[in-house]
Amino acid sequence: MSRSTFLLDGQSVPFDDGQMILEAARAAGRYIPHLCWHPDFPPHGSCKLCVVKVAGRHVSACATPARAGAEVESDTPEINTERRTLLQMLFVEGNHFCPACEKSGDCQLQAMAYDLEMTTPRFRHFFPDRPVDASHPEVLLDFNRCIYCELCVRASREQDGKAVFALTGRGINKKLAVNAESGRLADTDFAADDKAARICPVGVILKKRVGFAVPIGERTYDRAPLHEVALPKSEGDT
Amino acid sequence: MSSDLETAANRDILRRVAIDPISRVEGHGKVTLLLDEAGKVHEARLHIVEFRGFEAFIEGRPYWEIPVIVQRLCGICPVSHHLAAAKALDYVVGAVPVTATADKMRRLMHYGQILQSHALHFFHLASPDLLFGFDAPVAQRNIAGVIAAHPDIARQGVGLRRFGQQVIAATAGKRIHGTAAVPGGINRHLSATDRDALTAEADTMVAWSQAAVALVRRLHEADPALYDRFGCVPSSLMSLVRADGAMELYDGQLRLRSADGEILRDAVPSHDYMDFITEAVKPWSYMKFPYVTDLGPEAGWYKVGPLARVQNCDFIPTPLAEAERRAFRAYSGGAIQHASLAYHWARMIEMLHAAEVIRDLLPDPDLTGGERMAAGPRAASGVGVIEAPRGTLIHHYWVGDDDLVRWCNLIVSTTHNNEAMNRTVREVARRELSGQTLTEGLLNHIEVAIRAYDPCLSCATHALGKMPLEVRLLDADGACVDQKVRNG
Repeated sequence: MSRSTFLLDGQSVPFDDGQMILEAARAAGRYIPHLCWHPDFPPHGSCKLCVVKVAGRHVSACATPARAGAEVESDTPEINTERRTLLQMLFVEGNHFCPACEKSGDCQLQAMAYDLEMTTPRFRHFFPDRPVDASHPEVLLDFNRCIYCELCVRASREQDGKAVFALTGRGINKKLAVNAESGRLADTDFAADDKAARICPVGVILKKRVGFAVPIGERTYDRAPLHEVALPKSEGDT
Repeated sequence: MSSDLETAANRDILRRVAIDPISRVEGHGKVTLLLDEAGKVHEARLHIVEFRGFEAFIEGRPYWEIPVIVQRLCGICPVSHHLAAAKALDYVVGAVPVTATADKMRRLMHYGQILQSHALHFFHLASPDLLFGFDAPVAQRNIAGVIAAHPDIARQGVGLRRFGQQVIAATAGKRIHGTAAVPGGINRHLSATDRDALTAEADTMVAWSQAAVALVRRLHEADPALYDRFGCVPSSLMSLVRADGAMELYDGQLRLRSADGEILRDAVPSHDYMDFITEAVKPWSYMKFPYVTDLGPEAGWYKVGPLARVQNCDFIPTPLAEAERRAFRAYSGGAIQHASLAYHWARMIEMLHAAEVIRDLLPDPDLTGGERMAAGPRAASGVGVIEAPRGTLIHHYWVGDDDLVRWCNLIVSTTHNNEAMNRTVREVARRELSGQTLTEGLLNHIEVAIRAYDPCLSCATHALGKMPLEVRLLDADGACVDQKVRNG
């Protein structure tokens, strides 16, 4: 039986019932930008970078089921401009100093900014005061770079079974918190080989003392752009 | 030479002339002159008008980030800060010594930096004054003028700087703000491709550096009345030297030589700098005034940089530069040279030395292979001292058990020369400007003297050709009576 299809930027994409637009596109080798989506977890819909236009409405591709015959616009000037604006807001909301950041070249936020040709933050910087947490012997938390994707929250809770992280506060006062009385990572059961320790798409959760061991120029997104790296390497590898 | 023009007695009734900003130097500074009705200079000061605050915002950052973030102090000599920080943090991670590969990669990077910075300063920034004269038309007195009048000199100058930048790119990963030096070692080897490309040009760079030394030497010999006298302020000289007294720019021990050539202090371990040097503060400048502690602020100030290093060492361990050092010493009959323009001659001798070191180091197999990292018992603090292009650079860090920097102290090269530059400004103001009708060319004399030190006033990127000079004459009531504006 042939699978249903929808049109992504004019090209046919097959999908299974219940599959989201982003998942189906990805399985077909088509990239839709995303930061908070991860193949191991259900859709989260918080970063909004996967915004696409379907029947005149702007929706999150990660959380919108594919429908037969739908016409989805993704890689268009209008949608990419919207994504750049979202990126620019993410950059000014935290303290993202790429020139001295050890995650430079391995950071999805930075890679997406390059991918979408974001040349300037444009908005006024918030310069939030976010002290680092260096209490853990193996892992540093630099909250300056958090984009609130909650991947660490979800990984710790659902895969590590620990619930080390949580988002607290609302709106502009939202922040990533460590689930301990003291608020310190050292006072949790967090371990350097937890899934949560390796899932951060930006430079918040960092293995200590190895920050610049890999030279700039030899890092993930130095070798290939995000829209290539983010796609599954072979069929079945989602 | 004296400090009598540092502060005028009757400041509020004097005319104020400001050279703001000083052009063809790195960073931003200004000079103020206070003149009486007859044009006699009563006060001359070099001010550093920028405040960067790196020492404060480095605190609380993880130590492994420091060599990368601290080099953002400067777009001209980031390698110096990158390496001084890495050297200091080698102690923190117990990597003393680092491996042969790390040591040689860093040295190659450093000598590439010396080469490109010295070439930039001499050819792009200083040579227009020397080739055309201090009073030459402004339209000619720049690198474009050098290109038009002396295309071969300009081509070699640009080529030398380009080569130095390529050495940096091959070792640090980027021409500016690379990331190769890490606490404990280095994160890359030199590729065979880069080695071969650099080797192919190394002999040419040595030859061009020799020509540059000869050019400055000819200038001195042609006009000793100017070169031996202009901006001459005798002082002690401080620099690192190797244990055997050789010139050593990457690592060594501190030596202080008196103005007349006597070695006053020797073999001072660089990590003892805090006992050796005190930094004085003056209310009119953001930049501190270091002096040798036990000599006191009046007798203990000193010069650093090429003029200090070439005369402080016993010899230069590469033959062509050593021959030029001997010629330099013979020129003054063995007496220590203190004239500010002699900095240029000494700087070109160092550039030749750097070119020789690079040429000789490139075939070393430790660069293209071997262990890159070392480690040992952890320490709470570390001091890294290096001879940056402009002089002795000191980085000092305390790191907590949680790996965050608790405290940091940076003494950059230009700070060491603060007192010397101020005295030079006063010397030139008194001899050349006092009682004269001020002209752009006359004010340029002040800038020429400052430029000789190659100051990195804010350790910031220099905007070549875009730095305006605005001079305003104010009467005793502060009203502007005359104004001259020069654009780039």
